[in-house]
Amino acid sequence: MSYVALKMLFGDRAKYLMLLCGLTFAVMLIVQQGSIFWGLMIWSQSSISNLNVPIWVTDPGIAQVEEVKPIADTAVDRVRSVPGVEWAVPLYKGLLRARLTNGEYHQITLTGLESSTLIGRPAEVLGGRFEDILQPDAVALDQWAVERMGGPTVVKVGTIFELNDKLARVVAIAKTQKSFTNVPVVYTTYERAIRYVPRERRTLAYVLAKPKDGVPVEEVTRRIRQETGLGAFTDEEFSWKTISWVLKNTGIGTNFGTTILLGFIVGMAIAGQTFYLFTVENLRQFGALKAMGASTLTLAWMILLQAFTVGLTGYGVGIGLATLFGFLTARGGGLPFVETWQLLLLVLIALLAICTFSALISIIKLARLEPAIVFR
Amino acid sequence: MKAMSDDTQPAAVRARGIVKSFGTGDTQVTVLKGIDLDVYLGELLLLVGESGGGKTTLLSAIAGILDIDEGDIDVFGVPLSTLPAGKRTTFRGQTMGFIYQQFNLLPVLTAAENVAVPLLIQKAARPEALHRARIMLDRVGLGDRAEFLPKNLSGGQQQRVAIARALVNEPRLLICDEPTAALDGPNGQKIMELLREVGRSPDRCVIVVTHDSRIFHFGDRMANLTDGRIVGIERIKQEGTA
Ligand SMILES: Nc1ncnc2c1ncn2[C@@H]1O[C@H](COP(=O)(O)OP(=O)(O)OP(=O)(O)O)[C@@H](O)[C@H]1O
Ligand SMILES: [Mg+2]
Repeated sequence: MSYVALKMLFGDRAKYLMLLCGLTFAVMLIVQQGSIFWGLMIWSQSSISNLNVPIWVTDPGIAQVEEVKPIADTAVDRVRSVPGVEWAVPLYKGLLRARLTNGEYHQITLTGLESSTLIGRPAEVLGGRFEDILQPDAVALDQWAVERMGGPTVVKVGTIFELNDKLARVVAIAKTQKSFTNVPVVYTTYERAIRYVPRERRTLAYVLAKPKDGVPVEEVTRRIRQETGLGAFTDEEFSWKTISWVLKNTGIGTNFGTTILLGFIVGMAIAGQTFYLFTVENLRQFGALKAMGASTLTLAWMILLQAFTVGLTGYGVGIGLATLFGFLTARGGGLPFVETWQLLLLVLIALLAICTFSALISIIKLARLEPAIVFR
Repeated sequence: MKAMSDDTQPAAVRARGIVKSFGTGDTQVTVLKGIDLDVYLGELLLLVGESGGGKTTLLSAIAGILDIDEGDIDVFGVPLSTLPAGKRTTFRGQTMGFIYQQFNLLPVLTAAENVAVPLLIQKAARPEALHRARIMLDRVGLGDRAEFLPKNLSGGQQQRVAIARALVNEPRLLICDEPTAALDGPNGQKIMELLREVGRSPDRCVIVVTHDSRIFHFGDRMANLTDGRIVGIERIKQEGTA
């Protein structure tokens, strides 16, 4: 009877396409919104992932990566002395204003890397040599800084600007993941960074560290917390901490959650309604099948097969369209769009729920159907 | 052998004291008010009567697709009321064939596929079912229309497809509700000839509800259902064999 069920489904082309469109739309909306949402979450922690170090140490009360709570300079040595720590280096991170020669001001994030190792440096460079930041007054920018500060004609390798009335010369452009706030990042050495900023009592934002080979990173962070009284997080922990802070303190979670729920409900309504209509219009035919000896179980199987066939087709097409959208708009990392298998799995479950719901109301209708209607 | 209505032979369908009402309270109408009826193997029984008299209701009851309020119906010795719903559906699929005024073919299936449906319901393999369906279409004279969709067939042809579908399972009881009502005279005659032939076979019987006096001569007996009761059963004189 599967054959008959599928012929009934595809035979009514108009209704089939309408069903397919409804489900495709729902899947596309959920995948697209979900991917943008996840893309934004990834962006919110990109100052962690861009540095790519295993352990972050700072004030234990820290809520998220952008909220800098400086600690005492001695923290670096204290972390170094914790057993199981391979190395530990200081990181400067702070907001500053840059003044271009054309008179424009831009807020920037100044990132100061330890000069002997440059640990935390971006992996890829789009122009210049990153090591050149060791030269006097030299800094590197990320590609988003170029974009924000006026484009490659205004800002390029060799451009000179001012940080707190002190000279900065661009020697490299680094490739990084865009951040949520999209504040331009200026890289320099730790020592030079604290010379750029106004005098403060504490300048050390983070200590970056790595565990010795064979020592689990969780174990080392636990020891650092215990022996120094500081906050120590694996990069993954710190990312999640940052993401959950963003979710709690901005409307992003609610906003996207609402859209996704709406997609789910609209998809459910369209699919459920169309499918129900489809069944009701074929009621005589189902009645005839029942009169010919088809059990309710057989009819239920037919309905489920129809629902899941159109559902899974809609799933495929919907994901295809959403992915195409993501590919076209988010090429080059300018828009947030991160499609993960977890999201696709979640959408699959949601879709199966929609299909089961749609099929169920039809099955209930058919179970109650008196085959006697076929005589009328 | 011609069994006809030999009273010594057990009835294929035996209905006793059938009562059926619809609705409740003031709007309640009792449609069947105590029906006794026997149908024998090898015969074609005509069921006639005024419109709204309850003929379709009686057919539905005999088919086991409508629950009755009182009475007993045995079909080939099986009391329908003792069968649970699922078993009754299977029993119906194996022993009965149906022909309706409105044909009720599945519009998206070809003639052959439509005929194969009862076999598919019984879980036959598709190639085997289609093969048997084509043989059956041949027997109703539509061998060359097997791949046509119902919408591309005439009314008479559609009803012949429906008959092939009703017969493909070799049912022993064929139930027809006004099978010629949607057809013109000559087409109706052809359909009845087919049903007549089926009814003649000694291990089968056919019940035909009709208003159409032009086809009365195809019956062996005619039962008149009026105001919820069988008011008379007469044997029809056969003018030679068709
Ligand atoms: N499901 C139902 N609910 C309520 N009343 C019904 C139902 N089915 C039939 N009836 C009523 O039962 C009566 C008999 O109907 P039935 O269809 O059996 O008559 P019929 O003899 O087949 O008529 P016709 O020759 O016009 O087909 C009618 O008054 C009809 O309105
Ligand atoms: Mg009727």
